[in-house]
Amino acid sequence: MGIEVVVEGLTKSFGGQNIWQDVTLTLPAGEVSVMLGPSGTGKTVFLKSLVGLLRPERGRVLVDGVDMVGGPERDVYEVRKLFGLMFQDGALFGSMSLFDNVAFPLREHTRRKESEIRRIVMERMDMVGLVGSEGKLPGEISGGMRKRAGLARALVLDPQIVLCDEPDSGLDPVRTAYLSQLLIDLNAQIDATMLIVTHNLDIAATVPDNMGMLFLRRLVAFGPREVLLTSEEPVVAQFLGGRREGPIGMAEEKDAAALAREQDRAPAPRPDGPRRLAPQLEPSPGLPPRQGALRRRERVLGLLDTLPGAARDAVLRGHTAPGRAPGPDASPAPGHPPAADGVRP
Amino acid sequence: MTARPGAASPGRERTPSRALAPLRETGRLFALAAAVVRAVFRRPFQFREFVEQFWFIAGVTVLPAALVSIPFGAVIALQIGSLTQQLGAQSFTGGASVLAVVQQASPLIVALLIAGAGGSAICADLGSRSIREELDAMEVMGISPVQRLVVPRVLATMLVAVLLNGMVSVVGTLGGYFFNVVMQDGTPGAYLASFSALAQLPDLYISEFKALVFGFIAGVVAAHRGLNPRGGPKGVGDAVNQSVVITFLLLFFVNMVLTAVYLETVPPKGG
Repeated sequence: MGIEVVVEGLTKSFGGQNIWQDVTLTLPAGEVSVMLGPSGTGKTVFLKSLVGLLRPERGRVLVDGVDMVGGPERDVYEVRKLFGLMFQDGALFGSMSLFDNVAFPLREHTRRKESEIRRIVMERMDMVGLVGSEGKLPGEISGGMRKRAGLARALVLDPQIVLCDEPDSGLDPVRTAYLSQLLIDLNAQIDATMLIVTHNLDIAATVPDNMGMLFLRRLVAFGPREVLLTSEEPVVAQFLGGRREGPIGMAEEKDAAALAREQDRAPAPRPDGPRRLAPQLEPSPGLPPRQGALRRRERVLGLLDTLPGAARDAVLRGHTAPGRAPGPDASPAPGHPPAADGVRP
Repeated sequence: MTARPGAASPGRERTPSRALAPLRETGRLFALAAAVVRAVFRRPFQFREFVEQFWFIAGVTVLPAALVSIPFGAVIALQIGSLTQQLGAQSFTGGASVLAVVQQASPLIVALLIAGAGGSAICADLGSRSIREELDAMEVMGISPVQRLVVPRVLATMLVAVLLNGMVSVVGTLGGYFFNVVMQDGTPGAYLASFSALAQLPDLYISEFKALVFGFIAGVVAAHRGLNPRGGPKGVGDAVNQSVVITFLLLFFVNMVLTAVYLETVPPKGG
């Protein structure tokens, strides 16, 4: 089972420029979370802060009892072995072939025999569809292949926490869809805690259990996917709708005048009634159900009282949808919180 | 969000002052040097990387070093030969020139080549890895780039420097002998005999010690600049440039200190 990542009051600046401040959230163990945000809001910086590559000035990141921000270096290095990080452009070692790249963590951290290493590496290469290219150098393959090779390398040590930095950038829509499915399958197989940083709306709508959004130097929201997908908060709604109307401008924030002009012109057409949520991806047939999804279901049902109305409806609809939500499914009547307790084992 | 201790003044930012920047860089350089020394003793030792780097650095420095040391030895021999002739001390030409070659010329030639050929290559290599996020990737895997990459490189430069210094001393002395005996009609016997009149074993020790220290400095400075390039390929180019210049400055200064200490503490043989 994955490991919980607790972020408390994280603040990061470069020189005098504040990137974000007071970010507090918890990535629940074994669940898939997505961090959204317009370009340039420090999503990658956030990811790097989680593994301790960057040191925020304030706050803590607790993983397995170790503070990745201010903890002793020795402990931080030890905990990093639990992480798999997929970099935006793969960050492969340019002087090594793909095979050696993927085998690198195994050779550094384990004493396995070469035949065993070969087996594990080829398994992972097969997973990301790179069999046949293992002898190539990173300079000889396309950006999308580098990305997938980077994912294979991140997965080779069976990480407890998988972080993906924009897995979709540079991939075509079909490959992005495959990758989304791959991430979900992966979660079903190894039950790792996952955080995906992206601004791809398809991934945001179908992959995560939880979503968060960074905008204007703060965490706008973080919570179960239903909460953000049904959110009426202008920033979140604008971003998820991919619209020009709203507080997000070309250069991060719109000025007040532009915003006022926009409102005078025409009220943004809002779809009536509750927004339909795209169903979340399920693991491929033959794979076990995602333990993270089962745990999340209970957690969210427990939270039901605190959620906004639209989100509550979406949660309950999601649980009654036919063929979905594995496990004993006696969905509680809407607005009847005690029933939520009945589902607990 | 609730207020936490230490978060009392969120508006206050520590603006780093420009005047302190050189000091900060110096501090980081020393911190890296200390980290390298500590990591040398941490297992597992990267033997393969060490051999590869040793081979590479030796490959790029041996030939230029030999080619530079012949004329260098010759120039010193000619200059000293001319001076001693004017003073009427031709019999000491050999001793004087071998001292100059072994104590000063040889470690400095080694330093220039190690910094110019080896250090620049190390800096460019680490710098390009750093901007491609390879070093970040390594850290995420729980592998310290200092232990995995920097330590083998620094040790390799040190070993190459020591061995190269021996070679340059020999080649330089031979060059001096050739030019003195053939060009200036010096007497071979007197040239060789004066070796033992003026030179002594500690001269060789300090020469090798200097080479060892220079190798360490060249390796650490190259690694330091390479690990912290300032954004993009242009930054790597700048870093290589800086690494060579900084190494030269440091080496000449350290050479002066070591020479002064040596001459003060070790009694000269001729005295």
